[in-house]
Amino acid sequence: MINSGDTAWVLTASALVLLMTIPGLAFFYGGLVRRKNVLSILMQCFIIVCVVSLQWMLFGYSLAFGPDFHGIIGRLDWMGLAGVGGAPNPDYAGGIPHFAFMIFQAMFAIITPALIIGAYAERVKFSSFLVFTLLWTTFVYDPLAHWVWGAGGWMKSLGALDFAGGIVVHVSSGISALVLALLLGKRIGYNHKPIRPHNLPFTVLGAALLWFGWFGFNAGSALAADGLAANAFVTTHIATAAAGLTWALIEWWHNGTPTILGAATGAVAGLVAVTPACGFVNPMNAMFIGMIVAVVCYLAVAIIKGKLGYDDSLDAFGVHGVGGAVGTLATGLFAEKAVNAAGADGLLFGNAHQFGVQALSLVVTIAFAALMTFVIFKLVDALIGMRVEEHHEIVGLDLTQQSEAAYTVIE
Amino acid sequence: MKLVIAIIQPHKLDAVKRELEAVDVNLMTVANVLGQGRQKGVTEIYRGAKEAGGLLNKVRLDIAVNEDFVEPTIQAIMKGAHTGSVGDGKIFIVELAECIRISSGERGGIAIG
Repeated sequence: MINSGDTAWVLTASALVLLMTIPGLAFFYGGLVRRKNVLSILMQCFIIVCVVSLQWMLFGYSLAFGPDFHGIIGRLDWMGLAGVGGAPNPDYAGGIPHFAFMIFQAMFAIITPALIIGAYAERVKFSSFLVFTLLWTTFVYDPLAHWVWGAGGWMKSLGALDFAGGIVVHVSSGISALVLALLLGKRIGYNHKPIRPHNLPFTVLGAALLWFGWFGFNAGSALAADGLAANAFVTTHIATAAAGLTWALIEWWHNGTPTILGAATGAVAGLVAVTPACGFVNPMNAMFIGMIVAVVCYLAVAIIKGKLGYDDSLDAFGVHGVGGAVGTLATGLFAEKAVNAAGADGLLFGNAHQFGVQALSLVVTIAFAALMTFVIFKLVDALIGMRVEEHHEIVGLDLTQQSEAAYTVIE
Repeated sequence: MKLVIAIIQPHKLDAVKRELEAVDVNLMTVANVLGQGRQKGVTEIYRGAKEAGGLLNKVRLDIAVNEDFVEPTIQAIMKGAHTGSVGDGKIFIVELAECIRISSGERGGIAIG
């Protein structure tokens, strides 16, 4: 039975999640690169919306959410959205049209490969990026979404809790980002000095749009306009506020000054960490999740990355991979049935088993995403080469991959 | 004829311009430039990565003057830009071989003012 309030909210939330990728993530990342590469980031984010939307309609949605095949993948019965329509699908959401659920999930499938852009920014060939993205979405995202969220998916049957995509979206993209950064190598000149963001106001604008759109991502994942959606909305907001403040305070203590890039990065880390937890935890614990993730991600980005020396250009791994892992484990700590009866109690509420399930899901996801990314990278690299030529990297991707420039110096 | 090139602190531009106008030097070209002198640049921090020695914002003025305006121009720039600390900038004076006003084709001293 379709509920008009629920339907209105899920459709609105779908548009909010699209806003996270374009322009939110596009400008968050776009501001962080050098001026010669800003259009390449905007193009990658924009074209991912186009490509993954079509993939989703043609077969991706069916792979992720279609009739179950042994818990590992969806059957192709819903190719071209056959059988998906205006009537609800009670397996997923009984109160909204199946179309509404499908398009809400489409926006998640879009943003996940877009998050990976942060790892290979400023040095990937556009054609290879397109092929990689299509393969990654099909062979990493779609199966993972099925495992965790699909009816019959094995992680779902195991009892893994992932309210809005900590595992499916953030751990998967973050780990893949790390693998890509390692395989692709550093940007030219990365060792000699930090590479300056060319437009931090863009980055802050993007972070703010991510925060705004994330209410659709997290509260929309209730798939209804109800108390659970409101809980997810509140916990999302509180964790983000706590993480943004904590990051700025750490910087103040560690470096002598707080920075807006730090506050914005902290806020995004908070959003990432609360994503799997938002529908299972109370606001007080959401605040703790925000504080914890800020500390852990700061260590990953500002200290460990520098020591290990890999070039995760825009910290896709440091924020999304690490933050997603923190959130997935924190869900196993702080989840409580008092918040969501359909969830489970976590370790702090006497259920150590849930923490184990979360940890197992995390490890399996890391192994799966890392292995698949490695294979897809090697395949695409062997066929057409993932990295641009040195000369193109120096000139910049805007001119060499797209024949256009973002800024003019002379009229 | 001389070309006076002055590198000054950006926030002193208004004061320098006022002093130059007071001695009837009204024509100049102004540009934003980056540079470093004894101040040795600034330190910037991005996600915990420190970059020392970033170049500082400065303003450069190019002013072409006839001989009897050289010293008043120098004095006006000094008056407007001087604070007494490092980073105030520098003034360079170079010989100017020729000056041509494009609109009229006039050459030499008459074309400068």
